[in-house]
Amino acid sequence: MRIGMDVGSTTLKCVAIDNEGNIVYKAYERHFSKIAEKSAEMLSDIVEKNPQFAKASLTVSGSAGMGFANSLGLEFVQEVYATRISVSRLLPGTDAVIELGGEDAKILFFTNGVEVRMNGSCAGGTGAFIDQMASLLSVDPLEMNELAKSKEKIYSIASRCGVFAKSDIQPLLNQGARKNDIAASIFTAVVNQTVSGLSQGRKIEGNVVYLGGPLYFLSQLREAFDEGLGVKGKCPENGLYFVALGAAFSSDGTEIDIVETTEKIRNAKESGEYLGAKELFTSKEEYEEFSRRHARNSVKENCPISKGEQVCIGIDAGSTTVKAAVINMNGEIVCSRYVPNNGDPVTLIRDFLADFYRDYPDAVVASSAVTGYGEEIIKNAFAVDFGLVETVAHFTAAKKFKPDVDFIIDIGGQDIKCFKIRNNAIDNIFLNEACSSGCGSFLQTFAAAWGYNIADFSKLGLFADRPVDLGSRCTVFMNSSVKQAQKDGASIENISAGLSISVVKNAIYKVIRAANADELGKNIVVQGGTFLNDAVLRAFEQEIGRNVVRPSISGIMGAYGAALYALERMKGKSTLISAQELESFEHKVKAVTCGKCSNNCRLTVNTFSSGRSFIGGNRCSKPLAKKNETATQNMFDYKRELLSEYGNTVGTRELIGLPMGLNMFELLPFWHTFFTQLGFGVAVSAKSSRELYVMGQHTIPSDTICYPAKLLHGHIEDLLARGVENIFYPCMSYNIDENLGDNNYNCPVVAYYPEVIRSNVGELKKINFMSDYVGLHRPKDFCKKIYEILSQYFDGLNPKEVKAAADKAYKEYNGFMKKIHLKGMEYLEAAKKNNLPVIVLCGRPYHLDEEINHGIDKLICECGATVITEDSVSPLVKKFPTTVLNQWTYHSRLYAAAKYVAKQGDDDLNIVQLVSFGCGVDAITTDEMRTILENDGKIYTQIKIDEISNPGAVKIRLRSLFAATGR
Amino acid sequence: MSTADRVEFTKEMKDYTILAPNMLEIHFSLLINVFGQYGYNVELLRNDGRAVVDEGLKYVHNDTCYPALLVIGQLIDALNSGKYNPDKTALLITQSGGGCRASNYIHLLRKALKKAGYPQVPVISLNLSGLEKNSGFKIRLSMALKMLSSVIYGDLIMLLKNQIEPYEVNKGETEKLTQKWIKDISADFEKGKGYSFFEIKRNLPKITKTFAAIPMKKTDKTKVGVVGEIYVKYSPLANNHLEEFLFGQDCEVMVPGLLGFINFKVDNRLEDIKLYGGNPFKKIAMQVAMWYLAKTEESLRSAAGAYGNFTVPAPYAHIKEICTKIIGAGCKMGEGWLLTAEMMELIESGYGNIVCAQPFGCLPNHIVGKGMIRKLKEMYPQSNIVPIDYDPGATKVNQENRIRLMLAVANENKGCAHSCEGCTHCE
Repeated sequence: MRIGMDVGSTTLKCVAIDNEGNIVYKAYERHFSKIAEKSAEMLSDIVEKNPQFAKASLTVSGSAGMGFANSLGLEFVQEVYATRISVSRLLPGTDAVIELGGEDAKILFFTNGVEVRMNGSCAGGTGAFIDQMASLLSVDPLEMNELAKSKEKIYSIASRCGVFAKSDIQPLLNQGARKNDIAASIFTAVVNQTVSGLSQGRKIEGNVVYLGGPLYFLSQLREAFDEGLGVKGKCPENGLYFVALGAAFSSDGTEIDIVETTEKIRNAKESGEYLGAKELFTSKEEYEEFSRRHARNSVKENCPISKGEQVCIGIDAGSTTVKAAVINMNGEIVCSRYVPNNGDPVTLIRDFLADFYRDYPDAVVASSAVTGYGEEIIKNAFAVDFGLVETVAHFTAAKKFKPDVDFIIDIGGQDIKCFKIRNNAIDNIFLNEACSSGCGSFLQTFAAAWGYNIADFSKLGLFADRPVDLGSRCTVFMNSSVKQAQKDGASIENISAGLSISVVKNAIYKVIRAANADELGKNIVVQGGTFLNDAVLRAFEQEIGRNVVRPSISGIMGAYGAALYALERMKGKSTLISAQELESFEHKVKAVTCGKCSNNCRLTVNTFSSGRSFIGGNRCSKPLAKKNETATQNMFDYKRELLSEYGNTVGTRELIGLPMGLNMFELLPFWHTFFTQLGFGVAVSAKSSRELYVMGQHTIPSDTICYPAKLLHGHIEDLLARGVENIFYPCMSYNIDENLGDNNYNCPVVAYYPEVIRSNVGELKKINFMSDYVGLHRPKDFCKKIYEILSQYFDGLNPKEVKAAADKAYKEYNGFMKKIHLKGMEYLEAAKKNNLPVIVLCGRPYHLDEEINHGIDKLICECGATVITEDSVSPLVKKFPTTVLNQWTYHSRLYAAAKYVAKQGDDDLNIVQLVSFGCGVDAITTDEMRTILENDGKIYTQIKIDEISNPGAVKIRLRSLFAATGR
Repeated sequence: MSTADRVEFTKEMKDYTILAPNMLEIHFSLLINVFGQYGYNVELLRNDGRAVVDEGLKYVHNDTCYPALLVIGQLIDALNSGKYNPDKTALLITQSGGGCRASNYIHLLRKALKKAGYPQVPVISLNLSGLEKNSGFKIRLSMALKMLSSVIYGDLIMLLKNQIEPYEVNKGETEKLTQKWIKDISADFEKGKGYSFFEIKRNLPKITKTFAAIPMKKTDKTKVGVVGEIYVKYSPLANNHLEEFLFGQDCEVMVPGLLGFINFKVDNRLEDIKLYGGNPFKKIAMQVAMWYLAKTEESLRSAAGAYGNFTVPAPYAHIKEICTKIIGAGCKMGEGWLLTAEMMELIESGYGNIVCAQPFGCLPNHIVGKGMIRKLKEMYPQSNIVPIDYDPGATKVNQENRIRLMLAVANENKGCAHSCEGCTHCE
């Protein structure tokens, strides 16, 4: 008699097996973190229905079961291992198992020695991720599965972490993409995540078995896996119970008294100490005084309208909620609305306008404005007068409550926006980047998990006696922190308070990264729906040690600001569609693929009544076919053009493949010249694309490395596919010394990625892969060393010709850099003459790659600015003292460019720095860049990029930057 | 150094308390005694817990590596505790140099001190590369030799302790002996003894002899090796008390010593000259240093094998040789190829179950840790390596769960521990 119990992160599974090996009992249930209680219930149920199990062996498995198994001295087996046991026993001949759980993803390989992979601490692509995405579509996972059945196309969605994916999905929703396609795309994203994160160079093939809840319940997810892996995997009958079964099998058979044990589990005090933080309120009185203080910051609402009175309408189509406000000529609120987005902002605004026209027939709309993620589509759908960037909307609103405001923090559903105000202009913007989430929707997800709405959930924490100290990081990590706290006996009140505190800490220390409260400012206005929760507001005041202003209309400040903005710019008559037009309003959506360039963007074309339309999903302005003030001077284009001159050539000697990424990118002129001079043919790997990336993703060993590195695997695959038999991709600790820093290193990834390629791309064993260490920083030695290196692989080279080729190569490279510098100067001058703003778009040489920068250079041009690069101005700067160790060639250029811009004192010359997600070196450079710029009163703007693109967030930054510099 | 306005540690500051982060209990205990003998009042920091992490988060970019965040958090937490007079306190931190971002710890620390309101506190860099100089902090030759000796003694004691403690019959005996040796060696140093090559050579076997005399009961334990980023690998604060956890899981733990790292750092300079060319005098100087290190290492190895039946680590030259078959000797940033080499050495000496501990997003580890695991698995099918990421947000539960999985596989490799009928792995 054996009982196996699998206590997962969200569910509890239990099986009972009799001595003949028959499964006599099985149960599957969500445990809502009441682990001991539910476990005891299940065990009693077993014995009640099958008295013969009063004595049986009992083995626990699962991440959440570890604690109580330990404390009660029960047998425990690690869950992946349990799966292994049951698969070997029940499904012999299995080659690989893919198991997705609530918060984890695992792959087990069985052939040629067992190998087990679990997801790392970045845990996207799991059940929790699917749940989260489903709730974003306002369906449950099963409904999402139904939706996915009638897909038409797949969008690329990042699944590394929920935050990334959300920022991919939200714009799709806002642009009107079909939910069916998004649902299917989410499943495909999970497949990609599992494959790239876990296969780590090993191909998943043969007999594949799918286990775990998500794969068991979601047929479309299985199909996506079948498609992605090119196999036909099977999902066994007891697919949900393999861990529990494995646990049962693993026992040595020692039977214990189950009834007694059940009692022990029931009474198990889930002991343990969790870390406590300061309570939010010590007394009711304190809370009342707090409430009174904040009640003062209010604006008149529900103002009546007299016949013919003019009003202005402001709309904030945010990522999770849609807000609208109507104000009278005094800036007082007539009516407002705050509703969840549900992925369909157009319908929501239509309803709002219809209600407004019905309820206020006397009002005359004088002006209107829209802001937020859905700005473009709403503006087109309803012919709104003005569009404005969120930051300006919030600033306008905040000024109304506190004219001397110097710091605004807005915590919304998906994003945190903070900015400083200096000289009555937006100065420094902080947005939550990919990994520093922790916003409103995060509280909401937890509230929903416990069956509360967010307001009630947050209230629970107000009088918590010992809030859990959860630290601050992304949601996935937070899930396990909460789990641990629960296990340690934290009450739901204390967890609620802890979550509120962590939202605040996340904002202060992760997004703003302030060392102390004074750094934020003296007159702080807080807003956004999340601050409507008193617990969050209180935690914020406690954390910064200062009272702040929370307007009574905190949740609709964006809309209110937009309305005020419309009021300021009122032209007499609004273009907003009238009540009659609204009645016949129509909205159609069509998905098409743009063929105007090689990006092949998947577009969603929205058409509205009276011929207005909106196109989303585009990476550039080509499909829009409208004239705007796009600047044409773009150094990124120029550099790409220069590099494209070094193409494939045929030579008298062997053909050498060069992968275009990391250290090869900028040195292409060098190596290309060097090899062609020696008579070699050169094959340059293909232009990067998503497809190229997917080609190489199965050999990526580290899922948290930067995207440019991941992409390199694709470039190697491309060369291999073309039959290139010699690939040259050297290791380079050092780069060329430009005398801008104390040393001339490459970053560790750029320096040594060839080692990773060599060890992880199995196919390379069949060809000549040259990853030798070379040092271009010492030209004289280089000639000798490279001769020795190449002579290992090729016959008939002589030192003299190598020397001559090297000389030519250095010359070519220097000429290339010189051209860039001169072109940069030319653009700068032209911009000055034509009075155009200039952005120095800084990054690494390989950020030129359009698959890496996602067309941000073009986006800047579309905003009407000239784009130049860091290396076009860095030659103008002499080495200068920095507060960090200035030791990397590429990064020294960044500092130099920042210095140049800082010293010019030109409002129209600004820096935007591109940062790859996961770049550890940039944790240092970004801080230093900011310091250099801010010392001279300049604004620092940073854009994080990864395998996904989120032009929305990029636009906010760029538009705010231009707004702040008076453009 | 072009670094702007740093506060130097001057001669007048000799009476300052110098705070230093703790990494390796045995080695660092010996080292601070050496510092004390030369008039530097160095204190090892042992503050632990969430407050340290929180302080770090306040002052260090959260994408910066975890060791920097912890070390800085620990130092500032100590200054905030009120135990030290900030006008009479200095900080000591190691600076490795090289292309890894870790070379920037010291600069980040200075930035943090300024932000935290302690701009007057001087920070002393302890490095092998001559990166920064302080007029009040000079390392004399005898002091340098004593420091090197501390590393050698420390390595031997750690090696023996790790192999004895899990099996000791009388609980606490190994630890007691360890403390006794720290005291005795420090006393020797004080008398100006114990640090010349020949004295070390004489002393080392004595240490082994006393350790070998500790009664042990050999039980069947899982042998686990620990490698990784140097701070996370050694410091319990950083690795969530990894060794303690492994002991609790009935494991014997092997952690490679510090001498290999020093060897590696010196050797890197030679490799650089070999690969890219360079000053021939520097080359000779480094060759002499390598020769001396090789001799000391040899005495360490022969001492470890002199009594008892202890696993003796392979010589540096050997691990470099086996490792450079799969990764270039020019791969030198952070732990560089040494990390891969240590894994190979552990596998070859019977510690094929390995925890590779690294800060989340550690750049060199993408290459030499995670990047090489597949290759190692190919070469050594029996190897069982689990990479674990450490950062302020990672939870112990998650980390331990992954380590448990590695241990389950380890137990199976040992021969199945569960006698389940029908299981194909119990043959």
